[in-house]
Amino acid sequence: MTSMPFYVSPEQLMKDRADFARKGIARGRSVVVLGYDHGIAFVAENPSRALHKVSEIYDRIAFAAVGKYNEFENLRVAGVRYADLRGYSYDRSDVTARGLANAYAQTLGTVFIQESKPYEVEIVVAEVGTTAEEDQIYRLTYDGSVADEHGYVVMGGAAEPIDQALSERWHPGMTLGDALTLAVELLGKDGNGGDADRQLGPAQLEVAVLDRNRPRRTFRRIAGPLLERLLSRDDPTSDVPTVDDAGPGPHDVLTGDTSVTGDSTREAATNPQTQRPEDA
Amino acid sequence: MTAAPGGRLPPAYLAAGSSSFTDFVAAHDPSLLPHRRPLPPGTSLDAPHGTTIVTVSFDGGVVMAGDRRATMGNIIANRDMEKVFATDEYSAVGIAGTAGIAIELVRLFQVELEHYEKIEGTLMSLEGKANRLASMIRSNLGLAMQGLSVVPLFAGYDLQRGTGRIFSYDVTGGCYEEHDHHGVGSGSLFARGSMKKTWRPGLDRDGAVRVAVEALYDAADDDSATGGPDLSRRIWPTIVSLDADGAVFRSDEEVAGVVTAVVAEREGNPGGGPR
Repeated sequence: MTSMPFYVSPEQLMKDRADFARKGIARGRSVVVLGYDHGIAFVAENPSRALHKVSEIYDRIAFAAVGKYNEFENLRVAGVRYADLRGYSYDRSDVTARGLANAYAQTLGTVFIQESKPYEVEIVVAEVGTTAEEDQIYRLTYDGSVADEHGYVVMGGAAEPIDQALSERWHPGMTLGDALTLAVELLGKDGNGGDADRQLGPAQLEVAVLDRNRPRRTFRRIAGPLLERLLSRDDPTSDVPTVDDAGPGPHDVLTGDTSVTGDSTREAATNPQTQRPEDA
Repeated sequence: MTAAPGGRLPPAYLAAGSSSFTDFVAAHDPSLLPHRRPLPPGTSLDAPHGTTIVTVSFDGGVVMAGDRRATMGNIIANRDMEKVFATDEYSAVGIAGTAGIAIELVRLFQVELEHYEKIEGTLMSLEGKANRLASMIRSNLGLAMQGLSVVPLFAGYDLQRGTGRIFSYDVTGGCYEEHDHHGVGSGSLFARGSMKKTWRPGLDRDGAVRVAVEALYDAADDDSATGGPDLSRRIWPTIVSLDADGAVFRSDEEVAGVVTAVVAEREGNPGGGPR
């Protein structure tokens, strides 16, 4: 007969919790976040079109996660609430990735110690700056540790070999086309479930960018023909178009259909008294 | 903003719940909502009021225009206030009534729509937007009874139907769909009379802009609280068009051209009738 031990050392307790969380995270496919010359790109292997691993938080801030969907979805919604409330009670420019990363870190840290089970998630909060030097990428792990990363981050099951390869092959100032091609090639080498190189096509990928050159809401998903062109070595397309897709409807996805539309209000400020650009 | 001990996100942030920003704020920090603030009992106070807003539909869309004046009793409180706001890519709100509360409501409504878009990953339907605005106006009833009323006019491009639609409100939050054209605010009686005579089916966008400018001219002609064309200061009405291209503010040059043309035509013919 086994009995419950009366005393578990804190070291053992923390180790057990960390192992538990790590095991949960390692089951999933990896997500790569990497800077390119005009912004930050997010690449995930995700066949679902509806259950996203990468999402918009605010004008210049995005969120990427691996692990248990319900847990990181919960954190994503909390992040959108945090950002919108802060932007509403102060100003849009007062919402920063650093503030959000701190709030996430405290939350993950408290859950790791106090709740019966830690969150099995790893997340990235990224904010695009006006230059590549001002880009901020924060990586948060299940226990609430924060790391301020430069250039690129890999999360998920087989992160280490990809991280290794990126440290050799990523360099600042890559074009979006090159950055995506590199990320997709490395994700295809994800050791989870076989060592063969897999060719990941646009249908298995979730790709999004924070585009430095867009005003106001900078987050755009990339799909369809545009993603194919960016990933193709023969096609000269190496960046996202400056105008959104034509046609009425939501404009958060770029597919390459860019017959010129009118000025979108996505690009205006929301302070009601300054909603038009100064020179209008 | 209140934070839980240790900087952790408070439970309301992590609670599974609605995708409404207003509902979240009401649960988490109700003092940020205009209608949750206690008001001292007493008589009404003088605060700036916004005046005339008109909307005119055309084939495939709708135009919303507002004058730029805010008044406080017999004083002009502000002569270049914006009272027409784009609330998302396909809708706009024009406000008449107490300016401070109205602008706060518009900001809340703008965040509400963007919040929904981000959480749900899709745009809210036009009727959904109109109903959300109605519930915000309804919750403002307490303030309205103390004289701080807000009466918006809402217009948008309906993505499902491919047409522009107009919704008007009363202070109790009643939401009514209007057809062809509508106006709110102190000068709206005259503006509506004007639009009855100048609007006709099958207008294009430029035609609708012209009808809106004529209506604002007629409103300013007879209502002291509505700002007329201010050629010396070059203050033009705010005009936004809502159609398949989204919400687009018409440029100052374009509006200036239309206003100058209307003013020139009214010279010697102040009513603007056929000569």
